[in-house]
Amino acid sequence: MGDYPSRSASNAAGGPGVTARHARAAGDGVSPIPPDDLSGNRPPQGGGGALPKKARFSMETGFRGLSTAAGAMVLVIIVAIAIFLVSKAVPALSKNDANFLTSKEWFPNDTQPHFGIAALAFGTVLTSVIALIVAVPIALGIALFLSHYAPKRLATPLGFVIDLLAAVPSVVFGLWGRDVFLEPVQSFSIWLNKYFSWIPLFGGDGPFGRSVMLGSLVLAIMVLPIVTSLSREVFQQTPGMNEEAALALGATKWEMIRTAVLPYGKPGVLAAVMLGLGRALGETIALALTLGITFTISANLIQSGGNSIAANIANTFGEANATGRGALIASGLVLFAITLVVNMAARAIIYRRREFRDSAA
Amino acid sequence: MSLLERETDGVIMTPDNIRTKKLPLVAELGVAVVALVVAAALVLGTGIGNWVLVVFLGIVFYLVGLFVAASRVEGKRSAKNKIWRTMIYAACLLAILPLASVVWTLVSKGAARLDGDFFGSSMNNIGARDANGGAYHAIIGTLEQVGIATLLAVPLGVLGAIYLVEYGRGKFALTVRFFVDVMTGIPSIVAGLFVLAFWVLIVSPWFNDGTPRFSGFAASLALTVLMLPTIVRSTEEMLRLVPGPLREGAYALGVPQWKTILKVVLPTALPGIVTGVMLAVARAAGETAPVLLVAGGAAAINMDPFAGNQSSLSLFVYQQAGDASRYAPDRAWTAALTLVALVLILTIAAKLLARRNRLS
Repeated sequence: MGDYPSRSASNAAGGPGVTARHARAAGDGVSPIPPDDLSGNRPPQGGGGALPKKARFSMETGFRGLSTAAGAMVLVIIVAIAIFLVSKAVPALSKNDANFLTSKEWFPNDTQPHFGIAALAFGTVLTSVIALIVAVPIALGIALFLSHYAPKRLATPLGFVIDLLAAVPSVVFGLWGRDVFLEPVQSFSIWLNKYFSWIPLFGGDGPFGRSVMLGSLVLAIMVLPIVTSLSREVFQQTPGMNEEAALALGATKWEMIRTAVLPYGKPGVLAAVMLGLGRALGETIALALTLGITFTISANLIQSGGNSIAANIANTFGEANATGRGALIASGLVLFAITLVVNMAARAIIYRRREFRDSAA
Repeated sequence: MSLLERETDGVIMTPDNIRTKKLPLVAELGVAVVALVVAAALVLGTGIGNWVLVVFLGIVFYLVGLFVAASRVEGKRSAKNKIWRTMIYAACLLAILPLASVVWTLVSKGAARLDGDFFGSSMNNIGARDANGGAYHAIIGTLEQVGIATLLAVPLGVLGAIYLVEYGRGKFALTVRFFVDVMTGIPSIVAGLFVLAFWVLIVSPWFNDGTPRFSGFAASLALTVLMLPTIVRSTEEMLRLVPGPLREGAYALGVPQWKTILKVVLPTALPGIVTGVMLAVARAAGETAPVLLVAGGAAAINMDPFAGNQSSLSLFVYQQAGDASRYAPDRAWTAALTLVALVLILTIAAKLLARRNRLS
């Protein structure tokens, strides 16, 4: 990492397994050139001519091939996902009476199947975007708190708890959203409707409750730990010299953060947000349990309704026939494409900054 | 004549005005109390909301009041600093509320059915009016599916990481690395659909007289797809931490590279690799969507992961959540508590193991 010390002073806030790797430049431990040249065409040096000749097939070649195959497996799986989804989606799409991209209806199990992804895709993007709008400022606040404000004794366990929360299964959040969180959101929706119904977002005559707002808020709570832990790592990597220089120039703590920490962490935060978006787009069970499941495109946030691609798959898979299954797979293909693009964009941002490449797992 | 005195003409330097003026803590508390009282009077007086609005407006008033007071005493920059500090602290408190609620609900509602019957019986022949019934079949399903997935994903993932660290050079290795990262973000439902299209609809008919069949093994395949990138990534990081001199020492003794990797590099990195595997297992155990799509779910105990429907703990939670029986929510919450306990124990154990790891 060049001339700068690689970490800020509070570098122990994260779990040690997550952060300590930055203490070492990437590629530091990479193996040197092995003694047995694999191509075998190296001219013999010194007494090498007396050494036994290399066998054509050795354990070395085998092991190397095996591990290369394992590495290539990842590419194979991604390509296979695309191929098999397409192969199962095409028959259903060819039977579709409606335009798959623009139709809002979802009747793939009828004798004359007509289905389209417009409403589902809209719902997916809407819930994810709202979830991020809610979660990202709070997540950045917590990340800054953990990296720069909290005393170390508090930051370490708190960072640990945040990491634990990222591991809580989504079905638990979904169940909580439906059984517990529904009530406050419902009364909040009624209040919003009473005073702000002139804003289209909060209009409507009810019923309120299992709405886009409930789904998005549950989603926000689920995305929060991911965005927090990634941006915390990025903030902690701010070179201590930059921070100290800002402070030495008389900056207040907030000015130091604004001029040294945030600019340095910007690409990393952007990547964290994109990864959070990817997670939110693909979230299934929590939304299946909290959304009201309607097939409409509406900007109303508080009326019961809303849907998403993934939630629709979970909800309607049980009663789908062959065409219905194909239609669901087609919608999954769209979801796959969207998340692939989002994730690749996020990773491309991370890869541009070498320091971050090893951090965002 | 000091520098300060020349700059501020006509001001006599005393200890009081040389030091930066600070807004005393009492004043901050005073602002907070006044803000809350004003908010309460406004909200409850006009009847436009309840205590939530009082707190919200109170915080807004507090921020405004603090800004005004601090600007007067300490100056604008310092006031801004205070405002942002308050907002960052508030963000933390705001995030803790729902999370605390989740934990509290889990424990209080989950304790309802935490009995031997829950862990010792399945949902077979349990009607809507039966209060008993348990998650034995689901626990079996989770253990088998996650176990098989681990057996599949760990060798593949560790070998893949070995390729990336020890052998991979050039464009192809970079591509693999990039797509491992991209694969971490594949939604679980897409992995489920993939296995549905590939295994359940195309391959499984070969073994089952031409009819597609759900199985626990299909769920394992989907979980493998989800675990693989996590394991590759964490193992790769651990292998990179193994000091180069260790490898050089082995090479200098004439040990071939594959033996060096197996006997020197892997044992050194082992605790870290185990940590990564445990985190991946914890994540896989909580996945619902793929199991729903390819294992189908079942009410009875099915020990055979290769034939017939199986359930899993997370799927059990989902199905009980959608059940109309009035005993279903209790079962769902207890299963959720069990699931969270399982996942958290795995995660905490992994983190503690990581803490004892010599390499990091």
